[in-house]
Amino acid sequence: MADSGVIDGPGRKDEIERAKSEGKDLTKEEKQRLRKEKKQQKKIKEKKDDKASQENEKEKKPVTSAAPASQPPTQPTVQKAPSAVPATAPVSVPASEASVPADKPTKTKAELKAERRARQEAERASKQTKKGETGQQAATSKPKAPPSDLQPVVKRLPEHIQVDNPDVLKKLAKKLERQQIPLRSDYGYKVSLFSHLHQYSRKAPLTQQLSIPSTVIHPAIVRLGLQYSHGIVAGSNARSVALLHAFKQVIRDYTTPQNEELSRDLVNKLKPYISFLNQCRPLSASMGNAIKYIKKEISNIPSNCKEDEAKNKLLNCIESYINEKIILAGVAIAKCAIEKQKISDGDVILVYGCSSLVNHILCKAFEKNRKFRVIVVDSRPRLEGKEALRRLVQKGISCTYVLISAVSYILPEVSKVFLGAHALLANGYVMSRVGTSQIALVAKAFNVPVLVCCETYKFCDRVQTDSFVSNELDDPDDLIVTRKGTTPLEGWENESSLGLLNLVYDVTPPDFVDLVITELGMIPCTSVPVVLRVKNVDQ
Amino acid sequence: MELQAVLMAAGGGSRMTDLTYNTPKAMLPVGNKPLMWYPLNLLEKVGFEEVIVITTKEVQKAMSTDLKIKDVKMKLDVVSIQEDGDMGTADALRHIQPKIKTDILVLSCDLITDVALHEVVDLFRAHNATMAMLMSKAHEFTETVPGQKGKKKTAEQRDFVGVDKSGKRLLFMANEADLEDGLSIRKSIMRKHPRMLIKTGLVDAHLYCLKKAVVDFLTENKSISSIRGELVPYLVRKQFSKTVNSQKLKDDTDDQTQEKNDGPLLISSRDEPLLQLAQERSCWNDHRGDMSEAYHGGKLRCYVHIMDQGLCCRVNTLAAYIEVNRLAPKLFEEPSVHPSADISERCQMGSDSIIGAVCHIADKTSIKRSTIGNFTTVKEKVKVTNSIIMHGVTIEEGCNIQGSVICSNAVIGRGADLKYCLVGNGQHIEPEGKS
Repeated sequence: MADSGVIDGPGRKDEIERAKSEGKDLTKEEKQRLRKEKKQQKKIKEKKDDKASQENEKEKKPVTSAAPASQPPTQPTVQKAPSAVPATAPVSVPASEASVPADKPTKTKAELKAERRARQEAERASKQTKKGETGQQAATSKPKAPPSDLQPVVKRLPEHIQVDNPDVLKKLAKKLERQQIPLRSDYGYKVSLFSHLHQYSRKAPLTQQLSIPSTVIHPAIVRLGLQYSHGIVAGSNARSVALLHAFKQVIRDYTTPQNEELSRDLVNKLKPYISFLNQCRPLSASMGNAIKYIKKEISNIPSNCKEDEAKNKLLNCIESYINEKIILAGVAIAKCAIEKQKISDGDVILVYGCSSLVNHILCKAFEKNRKFRVIVVDSRPRLEGKEALRRLVQKGISCTYVLISAVSYILPEVSKVFLGAHALLANGYVMSRVGTSQIALVAKAFNVPVLVCCETYKFCDRVQTDSFVSNELDDPDDLIVTRKGTTPLEGWENESSLGLLNLVYDVTPPDFVDLVITELGMIPCTSVPVVLRVKNVDQ
Repeated sequence: MELQAVLMAAGGGSRMTDLTYNTPKAMLPVGNKPLMWYPLNLLEKVGFEEVIVITTKEVQKAMSTDLKIKDVKMKLDVVSIQEDGDMGTADALRHIQPKIKTDILVLSCDLITDVALHEVVDLFRAHNATMAMLMSKAHEFTETVPGQKGKKKTAEQRDFVGVDKSGKRLLFMANEADLEDGLSIRKSIMRKHPRMLIKTGLVDAHLYCLKKAVVDFLTENKSISSIRGELVPYLVRKQFSKTVNSQKLKDDTDDQTQEKNDGPLLISSRDEPLLQLAQERSCWNDHRGDMSEAYHGGKLRCYVHIMDQGLCCRVNTLAAYIEVNRLAPKLFEEPSVHPSADISERCQMGSDSIIGAVCHIADKTSIKRSTIGNFTTVKEKVKVTNSIIMHGVTIEEGCNIQGSVICSNAVIGRGADLKYCLVGNGQHIEPEGKS
């Protein structure tokens, strides 16, 4: 995988982006057709202008936004069908994306003027339409509608995977400056395949640049950010719970300023905190979903609600979210796994790393007197398996401990593989700790069933087919081993041709996963988008 | 608000009475700035906006007239206490307990350092510690101290500091004076931390981050009067005490008195259930190799940051004072000659010297590696080497001053020859005096 990637890395990136955009089109297409057939015919004309302004507001790549801005006048009668995404668009999109790094400085004045004019018209039109709709609906419907009738389907890429794009970095710096949050600088030489990701050093924490009695950022959030960057709070569930705990403290200490509404001001207050936490360590999918939930709850607070009542309501919402989505979901998953005989007597179960959910399931199964033994597979540099081993052995479960290099030696003994997940992607891929896809692959080769345990709040509607596009680079100094005071890799930063890569996540294809156990039941990997759709409809 | 800063400036300077019998220790000039300006500057640089200063009325008066302290932009909330010296640092904290609303950062006025404060505070935040402190590797003082014959033996008051193998967690702290029979370490500590490094050559910077609960605890336990001498060793010992770790606290009726004493400490150090849940689910542990959870389940944790490089000096002896006078000005990028000083052209001034405001330096003088305070007058043909001259001093012609400390408002008569002397406040040295 690494070899082929080296040669056609940049080319693959474009293809991936195009596939993502077209794939997204299809699913969103279906949704729109079911829901808004009537409305869309009225709104086609309005939305052409809206989408231009939306694209301009939300688009992070200024060049590619030039494409949709200039095209609306030329395509008034475009159809909604995805096939009608004009031939010009796919050609122009990859061309413009591929030429983005090179062509930016060569935009002509005429194009800039046309862009500006189109933007002004679009903003004027959008202001008129916004009067008729509630803020939320407009925000959610507009990005969904434009891709359907919109020709250049340029998807907004999140900034954390565009680190090698200086424009994006400049925008990020400006945004952080506005929010008064220091910018964390990258450290060390990045391997070229992953140069589009951030790489930070643990020895340069973000608090170095903050004032000590932190006034801009709530102390609970500073503490949380430190714990994330030091790795004291690690693991998807732990991070989400700690995040919600910190938000509870923020809400408790919050007072609405004069002439402001809690529902709008509190959301604005949370934005810099989220940027700060993102700088400390990139947010996980579960944290993203939790944040979305809280923001929704906050904006749903009626304006006539008193502050104390509103705060209590929010605190209860957070409590119930944690209770339902994490604690009870864990209990339900364990029950499901045990009762449906997924853990039976005489089983030899293989687990990888330390997943809080898998450990919980195994401990519960042991309490219900199932006779099984566990093989814990571990990998450097985190060696999280040691913690899993400790927890299981403390309960009394008999365990074996191996490193990942020995997986193919012990797999003949294994009857089942239980894996935890960091997130489940919309195309059925499982994003988890690096090494999980290896284990799944080897297990498949040995015909051992692989079961992934994941709560539904970790499902995210991102689509990814490889581990390169979106990942996290940990501190490269963690890879260095010091024995008896000597370090072979000492001074690695000074070697110009040496790069240390410490990946955190990888992506497992659904072909290798036999079953996903969620609190909604046991579903195959490909049913993840169905669950997402059901969740969206509920909301 | 996250942290409140408390500056202890009521100390008497008992180990350098020659210097402090007239000037309070907090206002001793170091590099022509009052001693307490340095910790205030450290706090200001880091971003504090308010400081509670605990001091005596004398110092308070002196502070209100001092220019440098007026320059400090932070809001100084001065609390004055009696000068009789019976009040220890912990007593002072108890005195200001109503003002304390959050965790505190306690500093001593005689600390001069360029430490990155976030290192200490990060330990305090990240591990939710009860106490975090700063220590530094001690440096030998090389200068001869005036008034002392020969090198003084390092006092028997050594501190034994035990840290775990990461060098951050504080496991053991005792002063040699308290260890009569030898150093004994409890088995429970050894079981939890089999590798302990015991260091003796460390200087305690007297910079502590304490949880608010500790201040509440002090109000209940009136027997503790000194932070460094009693509170810190108590907290370090309490980390491994059985009552803190056992879960059966509420049911025990036997240890009621014990409980009452430890009450505030424990209630605060018990984390909320959500934090507990997060810690349970997190796959992190601070140690490997035994069956216990992170931090061995201990709720009370003490951390220390040990500085390897950089300046960290406590000015509580004469030797330290002299050393610091030379090192401290290098911390700042200020011109060594104050603009309002009047220096004649034929004066030879070394680059290590500092001249204060409104000084008059006459011709043919030679000033090397010295500090000259404000409002001093130095007449012709004077040689000043390796000395500290405080404010308002007059040095008549032809004097030769070497390795000495001359306190404020002294007058050195013509032709005096002073070597390694300590001249007190307002003293007059006769002309042609030799020492």
